[in-house]
Amino acid sequence: MKFSEQWLREWVSPQLETQAMADQITMAGLEVDAVEAVAAAFSGVVVAEVLSKEKHPDADKLNVCTVNDGSGEPVQVVCGAPNVDIGQKIPFAQVGGVLPGDFKIKKAKLRGVESRGMICSASELGLEEETSPGILVLSASAPVGDDFREFMHLNDMTIEVDLTPNRGDCLSIKGMAREVGVLNRLPVDGPAIAPVEAAIEDSFAVSIEAPEQCPRYLGRVIKGVNVQAETPLWMVERLRRSGVRSIDPVVDITNYVMLELGQPMHAFDRDNLQGGMVVRMAKPGEKLTLLDGNEVALRPETLVIADHSGPLAMAGVMGGENSGVNQNTQTIFLESAFFTPLAIAGQARSYGLHTDASHRFERGVDPQLTPVAVERATQLLIEVCGGQAGPVVETQSVEHMPAERAILLRSARLEQALSKALDSDDVTDILQRLGLDVSVQDVGWAVTAPSWRFDLAIEEDLIEEVARIHGYNNLPVRRPAARLALRSADEATLTQARLRRQMVARGFQEAITYSFVAPELQATMLPDAVSPALANPISADLSVMRASLFPGLVRAMEYNLNRQQARVRLFETGLVFNGELDALSQVPMLGALVCGPREAEGWGDVKGRVDFYDLKGDLESVLALGGDADAWRFEPAEHPALHPGQSAQLLHHGEPAGWIGTLHPQVRAALGLKMDAVLFEVRLDALSQGRIPAFEPLSRFPEVRRDLAFILKEATSVQALLDCAKQQAGEYLQDIKLFDVYSGKGVAEGHKSIALGLTWQHPSRTLNDEEINQLVDSIVTQVRVKLDAELRS
Amino acid sequence: MDHLPTLVSEARDAIQAAQSVAALDELRVRYLGKKGEVTALLKGLGKLSAEERPAAGERINQAKQTLADEIDAKREQLESAALNARLAAESIDVTLPGRGQASGGLHPVTRTLERIEGLFTRIGYDVAVGPEIEDDYHNFEALNIPAHHPARGMADTFYFDATRLLRTHTSPVQVRTMKSSEPPIRIVCPGRVYRSDSDLTHTPMFHQVEGLLVDEGVSFADLKGTIEDFLQAFFERDDLSVRFRPSYFPFTEPSAEVDIQCVMCSGAGCRVCSHSGWLEVMGCGMVHPEVFRHSGIDTERYTGFAFGMGAERLAMLRYGVNDLRLFFENDLRFLRQFA
Repeated sequence: MKFSEQWLREWVSPQLETQAMADQITMAGLEVDAVEAVAAAFSGVVVAEVLSKEKHPDADKLNVCTVNDGSGEPVQVVCGAPNVDIGQKIPFAQVGGVLPGDFKIKKAKLRGVESRGMICSASELGLEEETSPGILVLSASAPVGDDFREFMHLNDMTIEVDLTPNRGDCLSIKGMAREVGVLNRLPVDGPAIAPVEAAIEDSFAVSIEAPEQCPRYLGRVIKGVNVQAETPLWMVERLRRSGVRSIDPVVDITNYVMLELGQPMHAFDRDNLQGGMVVRMAKPGEKLTLLDGNEVALRPETLVIADHSGPLAMAGVMGGENSGVNQNTQTIFLESAFFTPLAIAGQARSYGLHTDASHRFERGVDPQLTPVAVERATQLLIEVCGGQAGPVVETQSVEHMPAERAILLRSARLEQALSKALDSDDVTDILQRLGLDVSVQDVGWAVTAPSWRFDLAIEEDLIEEVARIHGYNNLPVRRPAARLALRSADEATLTQARLRRQMVARGFQEAITYSFVAPELQATMLPDAVSPALANPISADLSVMRASLFPGLVRAMEYNLNRQQARVRLFETGLVFNGELDALSQVPMLGALVCGPREAEGWGDVKGRVDFYDLKGDLESVLALGGDADAWRFEPAEHPALHPGQSAQLLHHGEPAGWIGTLHPQVRAALGLKMDAVLFEVRLDALSQGRIPAFEPLSRFPEVRRDLAFILKEATSVQALLDCAKQQAGEYLQDIKLFDVYSGKGVAEGHKSIALGLTWQHPSRTLNDEEINQLVDSIVTQVRVKLDAELRS
Repeated sequence: MDHLPTLVSEARDAIQAAQSVAALDELRVRYLGKKGEVTALLKGLGKLSAEERPAAGERINQAKQTLADEIDAKREQLESAALNARLAAESIDVTLPGRGQASGGLHPVTRTLERIEGLFTRIGYDVAVGPEIEDDYHNFEALNIPAHHPARGMADTFYFDATRLLRTHTSPVQVRTMKSSEPPIRIVCPGRVYRSDSDLTHTPMFHQVEGLLVDEGVSFADLKGTIEDFLQAFFERDDLSVRFRPSYFPFTEPSAEVDIQCVMCSGAGCRVCSHSGWLEVMGCGMVHPEVFRHSGIDTERYTGFAFGMGAERLAMLRYGVNDLRLFFENDLRFLRQFA
């Protein structure tokens, strides 16, 4: 809502500077977005009259005029405007004046003829954005010699308020004035609106077939209207200051009434209407060409204004191209209706439209305003365009009109809600000034909400109104009191924060990537993934929900490689989305990616590029955090995004919980990545499961260690060897270390040597060689039988 | 016997001249060992008369002690010199950078979320989370935003189908918590939210923290106190001015927008606050009875407040980040600044 300060002040004028009033409005919940001068700075422009006009002797398009600028002497001026004429009142910039853009008016000679000043167009005065085709012609009654700024009331500000959707009642001068009136406890007075008596009997039949959507419809025929009349300049100016362009007097007047009172109206050319008006839902297959020239196929949930030939307008949204007022219109049919918010809500948007009318009807237009608006518009139309009005014909379905809303505001509840006892008379005054019908009772206030306040329905709404007008910042401040109840804390569970900190300690930067990714990227990395796709994505690149953290991490890696970051260590936590919508799982994951040198460039002796085991080590450090690393296993397995020989599935207590591996070379090639990368992602719920430490007594007896090296086939996993060894090592095995992996000279082709260090310790005695030897024999035998592997000699 | 002084003097010279612990050990053997020269003199005492023997014995023992002390002193000196030499040889340039992984860092949004969570959990709030693909009911309906409500236009929603969507705020977590637990409820709900908007000051995904307190007798004053305390604590400015402006959210009544005195210019007016001196930082209000009703909470007995804030906005103000889009580019040069 954008409006002229002066216009508002005609209704209510508090003793406040513009900015102070704007601040007051803002602090009442109607946020002022901008306060701007209605006209650029200029000076030395007066109202003048054109006295004479002659063709310039040396220029076809110029006229030499004399004007009376009130200084006593006629002033000669050369003017190039095609519309300049004798007798016109015009804005005249005198010598010494300054126009917008610091354009100084000086005495000049144009093609040899002296010119002392300039007759101005609206755009030259900054009153129009587009270049005006001619000079601005003022009303005949404009007083010659008066300062033009004063005459036009240009020392005015435009106030733009960003209204919340519940305050449709403030989408008019009347509504804004009501607010300002309450805030300053001032009376509010608008222009007198007297009914215009019917001078003729003409009327046009209206029937409402959709009373739920349109409970009230007022129509009036006005005959003999001169649509060629000019909209008065003051009205054009007020419209302009509200951001509305002048079109023709009929449209201008309906817009003016909408801005003034809040009632959107529509004028039809009566002579184009067939039979009678019908307010109904659109029928299947119906089409309508709108004022903006677009033809739309109407849907059955759309309310239309039709005559017996078909739809004429989309009710409450936009009129039709063929039924509106045109240059030849003689008789108009004026519509002032109440369309319910639910009937209009979403309609405009569903057709890609948004109009001043739909904006208001969606939020709620006062149903009691229809008759007032029709009279006001009639009054203005007759003033400007002449004509004779017929009777106002009202069609109403009383049962479908919004019900009166009676609300009880209990003083005890008000006091509890605000922690303050407000003065009872003040509360009554606030409610009354807001337009509520108030009855003061013992328990508080029994009120009826005014017809324009669709947002007042319950006690809390009234509490807000009272608090808002009283001023939120005048209300007390305190700290909530609560019982200091201890809550149990789950010690075994690791927090996400703890897991993230471990990644940070291992040198990873945390990334946050979008939860939606490009479908091609996801398909390249996870061809079998099923995840929901957005119906209305912001772009194709962000249109499908990620089924894995891998695509986002790879994109982040690429982004950094393209910016000369050769070493990338990133992790992310977040949901991944798997399955169709009806069988969807939204699973929190921890994912990580590494690429580039093993360590940041330095003088040390750690060389080489990161590989699988580097990232595995990082992951294992996370798995160990909860003290339950034994719950995890790495099983060789294939994943479409990972190198089939360098990937493992993570099992947590035997259940799949994640993946780790080197990026598949084909995927890397398909994505055009400059470097190899190793990635993992693991379910956070599994990662966060730790255990509470359980003490075991320390043995005072010596440890026994035996080192065993086995020659395994290359394809046999170390895990299998470890499992086998552990199984046979007996209950006193304390630790098993893998301290060497070797293949090459001395080890047969296709084989590898794995060296294990096993440590035994008994809690209450010294183990003897004999029993250890038995255990070792048992391990060696089992390994031979199960894994076809020999002890290295 | 007569050559004792000469022998002692000769031995002392030799001890002082010794260059190593090994040489010193040789001297000990030579003079004080079983077959040593001084030991030999002791053995010769038998040849003396009984009167001479005690005095001579004492002199020899004195000489033996003197030499032993000197050898010990010399040994200590040599060992300390050797240690010093070794330490000198082993010295390194301690200004060379250390080896191993440098530590990484949290994303500034996570840092901010954890900070906010920390401030609230320390006074007894719990952290609650919920799904990001939500349904119409939890994201809108239960929050008093029925279909066609103009407020639905306030949040441009990403939809999957007619009823499933990406949550536009973390408020659905409130609903889920209220349905599954009994007051008193004190929670903060951090998380990703989504709106179909992308330009200089909007990203289609961002983070919110929603807070909710439900108990008996909770008033607007409690809300004001909580928000003021939080903002002053978050910005570590005890004198930070906070103001409450009436506003509209379908799920709170009364509702307020919260402005703080601009943290960039301390309210003097700058580009960041559009020269108003104030910055809008969050929205809040008293929980709407309709929301309580959807969650089965007795509106006569309980009242509550809720608030919501954008983590990126707070991070930008706290750390002076001037471009929202940086948060999701994951540029290491940006991320490393928050380690």
